[in-house]
Amino acid sequence: MSENWIEVGNLNEIPALGARIVETQDGNIAVFRTKDDEVFAVRDKCPHKGGPLSQGIVSGKKVACPLHDWKINLDSGEAVAPDEGCAATFPVKMDGDKILLSLTPNEGCPNS
Amino acid sequence: MKEKLVLVGNGMAGVRTLEELLKLTPEDYQITVFGEEPYGNYNRIMLSPVLAGDKTIDEIMLNDEQWYEDNNIKLHKGKKVVDIDRVNRKVIADDGTEEEYDRLLLATGSKPFIIPVPGNDLDGVISFRDIHDVDLMMDASKKHKHAVVIGGGLLGLEAANGLMLQGMSVTVVHLMDTLMERQLDKPAAAMLKKSLEEKGLHFLMGAQTEAIIGKDRVEKVRFKDGSEIYADLVVMAVGIRPNFELAEKVGIHCERGIVVNDTMQTFDPRVYAVGECVQHRGQTYGLVAPLFEMGKVCANHFAKLGIGRYEGSVTSTKLKVTGIDLFSAGDFTGDENSEDLVFQDAARGVYRKLVVKDNKILGTVMYGDTIDGTWYFDLMRDETDITDFRENILFGQAHLGDSGHGDDNRIAQMSDSAEICGCNGVCKGDIVNAITEKKLFTLDDVRAHTKASSSCGSCTALVESLLAHTVGGDYSTAPHLKPMCGCTEHTHDEVRASIKAQELKSVPAVMDAMNWKTGGCSKCRPALNYYLLCQWPDKYKDDSQSRFINERAHANIQKDATYSVIPRMWGGGTTPEELRKIADVAEKFNVKTVHVTGGQRIALYGLKKEELPVIWGELNEAGMVSGHAYGKALRTVKTCVGKEWCRFGTQDSTHMGIELEKMTWGSWTPHKFKMAASGCPRNCAEATIKDFGVVCVDSGYELHVGGNGGIKVRATDLLCTVKTEEEVLEYCAAFMQIYREGAHYMERTAPWIERVGLTYVKERLLDDPEGRKAAAERFLFAQKFAQDDPWEERAKGAEAHEFTPIKKIG
Repeated sequence: MSENWIEVGNLNEIPALGARIVETQDGNIAVFRTKDDEVFAVRDKCPHKGGPLSQGIVSGKKVACPLHDWKINLDSGEAVAPDEGCAATFPVKMDGDKILLSLTPNEGCPNS
Repeated sequence: MKEKLVLVGNGMAGVRTLEELLKLTPEDYQITVFGEEPYGNYNRIMLSPVLAGDKTIDEIMLNDEQWYEDNNIKLHKGKKVVDIDRVNRKVIADDGTEEEYDRLLLATGSKPFIIPVPGNDLDGVISFRDIHDVDLMMDASKKHKHAVVIGGGLLGLEAANGLMLQGMSVTVVHLMDTLMERQLDKPAAAMLKKSLEEKGLHFLMGAQTEAIIGKDRVEKVRFKDGSEIYADLVVMAVGIRPNFELAEKVGIHCERGIVVNDTMQTFDPRVYAVGECVQHRGQTYGLVAPLFEMGKVCANHFAKLGIGRYEGSVTSTKLKVTGIDLFSAGDFTGDENSEDLVFQDAARGVYRKLVVKDNKILGTVMYGDTIDGTWYFDLMRDETDITDFRENILFGQAHLGDSGHGDDNRIAQMSDSAEICGCNGVCKGDIVNAITEKKLFTLDDVRAHTKASSSCGSCTALVESLLAHTVGGDYSTAPHLKPMCGCTEHTHDEVRASIKAQELKSVPAVMDAMNWKTGGCSKCRPALNYYLLCQWPDKYKDDSQSRFINERAHANIQKDATYSVIPRMWGGGTTPEELRKIADVAEKFNVKTVHVTGGQRIALYGLKKEELPVIWGELNEAGMVSGHAYGKALRTVKTCVGKEWCRFGTQDSTHMGIELEKMTWGSWTPHKFKMAASGCPRNCAEATIKDFGVVCVDSGYELHVGGNGGIKVRATDLLCTVKTEEEVLEYCAAFMQIYREGAHYMERTAPWIERVGLTYVKERLLDDPEGRKAAAERFLFAQKFAQDDPWEERAKGAEAHEFTPIKKIG
């Protein structure tokens, strides 16, 4: 399947260990940047009570939801055990410093 | 190729070490386990409840064979290791099985002590150590009537209780005059004996066994004084001895156990040992909490992280006999220099004794009601000075977090539907089920799985008691001062000291210098950010990504991801202009809710994040600034109108409050910090439940500290009375500064004062005027860099990325 890549911005527009939001008609997508400049895109909605993950504290490849501190893995969207649930993830890739995002969620999470 | 790790001893300590290791590095070792018993790994502590019929063997299995398979661990069950070839690095089992090792872990546990009397090898004479013994006892109880248990200690009494519940007539024979003399003093032991007699046990005290008599099977037990009693079953439960036969045989240095250092290494550097078989700093341990602590340290070294050290444990004991609550810890006999504090209520069956020396708790014995055991244990372990609450200490932690259960907090008697955690709606039954089904051992485990005590924390003591009650007593208590979080071994105090001593000036620098195990987490990074800011007010560059969203966005996030803002209203006062502006903003931005807060201010709810800077700009126009209602920071200074209007007012409390707020606004603190100033002792501003409260009196100003109106209501302690507003300001600045410099992150003034003692605060602020002035000056210096309105900066465009989407599509 060919992805429809959309340029959403530059890496330096996202603070390291932070996130920015991409607003779409189907809801917000949080684009995260880790300490090592890896970029991940996750539906901005915690599987627990819908908290905005983009507002959480990023540590390693996880984000802590700001509402009830669930930890969500950025690469898989899965909640860290023993909590259960997942947030949809989206394909994202870099073209130089440009961040390219696809709006078709990765498979594997029913909560997309 | 993977290194080979061999574990000898398939018990709790050894397997726990493997579990810790697998958590750290699941792939580093090829693991082989030898176990003498023909089972997986089970909870030996719970054998008593199995014998008593409260549990089944299945319920106490910790790791079944599937677990070994899932983790690629080779299990040799039912094989006893009889030799170790240390030169060629292999272990040899009794059936000839050989396994090579790169590292070897000995966890051979302990053996029951069999008293050397004639007849001790007769049929029907057994010990109480493993599942096999329990099977023998269950079997005997079906065929026979009379049981004799030799030994009136913890194990003996649990065995006796179990046999009695299996229908036998049981006599406990004890060499000493009192039961459990290593854990209980005489009054508590007498109460215990009475309770057990009422349940139906018989006792022979001061009785020395001379011989066990019988032809093929035991028939009688004879004592030194010549008397005899009938016995169809004799259980020897006079104690355990570390089992170090194997280690000694192969030349590893042993004394009373296998001697290990602080990293659990024996004298052979490839060989480690954990559990009941070891001797560490001259001590041997027979309880679970220390074993788990050792396992953690050992796993850490296997994983080559090399930072953990085991430094010994303080242990506590609990008897697992249903309906009997007793707790003992530390040195409960004392010496000529210690004092006893004793509370005894025979009718209620309650007894508590604290042994105290230099106002520190050395040990405790409790009988009947043990809910305060964990509190006393914490005070003992932390060596807290109890001077300030000594007069009430025996009545328990008056504001112990009991979620309103009050006197009804005897855990055992609570129904399964009793709500323990009010924040997350978790009932006793939920917690007990999670503990038993998911095999939980620690408070953190329970928090993770049930969410109980994970929000406000007020039910922590109840959850700990429940844990202790459910799993058997010695699990929940952490034997050491707690590290900041899972990312480090260091405590809050150690980290703060290093920041200062090594002049560390950034979050990564601290993590680097103090060997952080990870890149930090949402617990430690905000704490480090605060500690650095507090230490280097003029030099440190705030790390906004290490702040919780509210402090990063300077507004409070709400459940629907909108925000609320609260402008500052100095001393609770406002003006028509401000109110008009607030009304305009509320209408213009379609504010859903306008609410008057408990801190005498007005909050606007339902705001979109993107609009916040514009809203702040408008509020700034009317002179309003951030109220810091979102921060671990100075919040409000609540006041009454004082003598300007009130016929009872003694001083101008409003003015006092405004001055206090002008001085302190913008300061970051370990946790939120609230103040109030009341114009007379009627105290309409409720100053005595604030972190710092001023109550005006005719002669001046009473200064109150350490109050809290939240989770645990705590009235303030009176610090002193001063005469002038200038003095109030100086004392306030100095108090805030010693709190800022001394408290742990997320610790309100109330628990901080209970931890360090009011005496300490008085020493710093009253007995040392120079020190007080210096602290106040440090506070005012820090304020120079803190008193910029964050709203104004952002309204003018700072940190714009925080408030805007990176892209809008469609």
